[in-house]
Amino acid sequence: MASTDVKVIGAAPSPFVNRVQIALNLKSVDYEFLEEKMGSKSELLLKSNPVHKKIPVMIHGGKPICESLIIVQYIDEAWTDGPSILPSDPYARAMARFWAAYVDDKFYPTFRAFGSAEGEEAKAVAREQLMEAIMLLEDAFAKCGKGKDFFGGDTIGYLDIAIGCFLGWMRAVEKMSDIKLIDETKTPGLFGWAKRFGSNAAVKDVLPKTETLVEIAKMMAAKAKAQ
Amino acid sequence: MADDLKVFRTWSSPFALRIIWALQLKGLEYETIFEDLSQKSPLLLQYNPTYKKVPVLVHNGKPISESLVILEYIEETWNQNPLLPEDPYERAKARFWAKFVDEKLLQSVIDVLVTEGNKQEEAVPRAKENLKYIEEELKGNKFFGGATIGFTDIALGWTARWLPIIEEVTGIKLIEADTFPRISEWMQNFCDVPVIKANWPPYDKMVTKVQGTREKCLAPKGTN
Repeated sequence: MASTDVKVIGAAPSPFVNRVQIALNLKSVDYEFLEEKMGSKSELLLKSNPVHKKIPVMIHGGKPICESLIIVQYIDEAWTDGPSILPSDPYARAMARFWAAYVDDKFYPTFRAFGSAEGEEAKAVAREQLMEAIMLLEDAFAKCGKGKDFFGGDTIGYLDIAIGCFLGWMRAVEKMSDIKLIDETKTPGLFGWAKRFGSNAAVKDVLPKTETLVEIAKMMAAKAKAQ
Repeated sequence: MADDLKVFRTWSSPFALRIIWALQLKGLEYETIFEDLSQKSPLLLQYNPTYKKVPVLVHNGKPISESLVILEYIEETWNQNPLLPEDPYERAKARFWAKFVDEKLLQSVIDVLVTEGNKQEEAVPRAKENLKYIEEELKGNKFFGGATIGFTDIALGWTARWLPIIEEVTGIKLIEADTFPRISEWMQNFCDVPVIKANWPPYDKMVTKVQGTREKCLAPKGTN
């Protein structure tokens, strides 16, 4: 299939965009990456995602698909030769979807709140909520992974992608805030999983380097202060 | 082995209705457990410890929470009367619009209900803008699912009953027939579907509840 048949509109530091890239890599699908400039939205993006005007958007054969987890499911269903991203058992699929929705609805906002909290009290509250969310994910790892390498079992799956995309930013936050989010003793499951996920062939060239993200965070903070 | 299906719901939850509709559309039998959310049952807390909410579907003892997750589970477990199309792109669209309903439309409609004055004046066009996206997407189809109702119709379905009630309670018209002809027709067609018609909660009870929600949100702080 021609590589220009699949385009991804995104930005390299976006964990939501990274989800799509990892999924395409898992299926060995070539794609053209159209990088959005920070601070502006291209005509193509606005045309392809008029409702939300957000990245990622995947365009396949001219048709746009939006919302990262929906795109990942689409990738799984459109390319059936290649490893499955969602598990085959309906209940396991439901658990993967449930926890992926939890990541978007609860974990991510909590993570953002921690990053932007100002003042000792607000930081402490945000930190506690974030650690609670992480402990739930540690729990989910045991339940879904059932002692195997990944949430998806022996191979990377939907929930691994949904959570793992944040590892770059989590490490950046750990560095900047001098805090351990994924700790070898407190969250041993996630700790081991993070290493395996990050070094996986489909992932390792996608997740941005910690130093890059720290620089971006500093730049964004400086911009915000200047306004 | 016969499937053991239980649905934990409240009489008024629009999210629980989605599950009821899906199960009935597929001709499945289930037991209903009505919850009082002010006194949640130990079973509910055991089955949904993360959110402690309804609906929960329990299939042969295994619980699933979050209505859209439950819908996908029902769809994948029972093949009759498919709710999602077969084509991956069409499936992605159905999921996109269902998500839009829950993440954008729902809150914008609630904002109209629970505000007044300037705040409400600002909320109304936001809700209408979201409804416009739905209006455009309907594109002359009877239902999002085509000739019969599907995943997106089920996700959007609460609007067919709740929007008129919110209009009645707030005195604000959101769905004018000339601005939203497709949604207006969709609502009528949706309400005509036997499974939908049979399961609405009592109208007057719903009006009282929606009215109560508005009053509670508008009550000055510090008043009980």
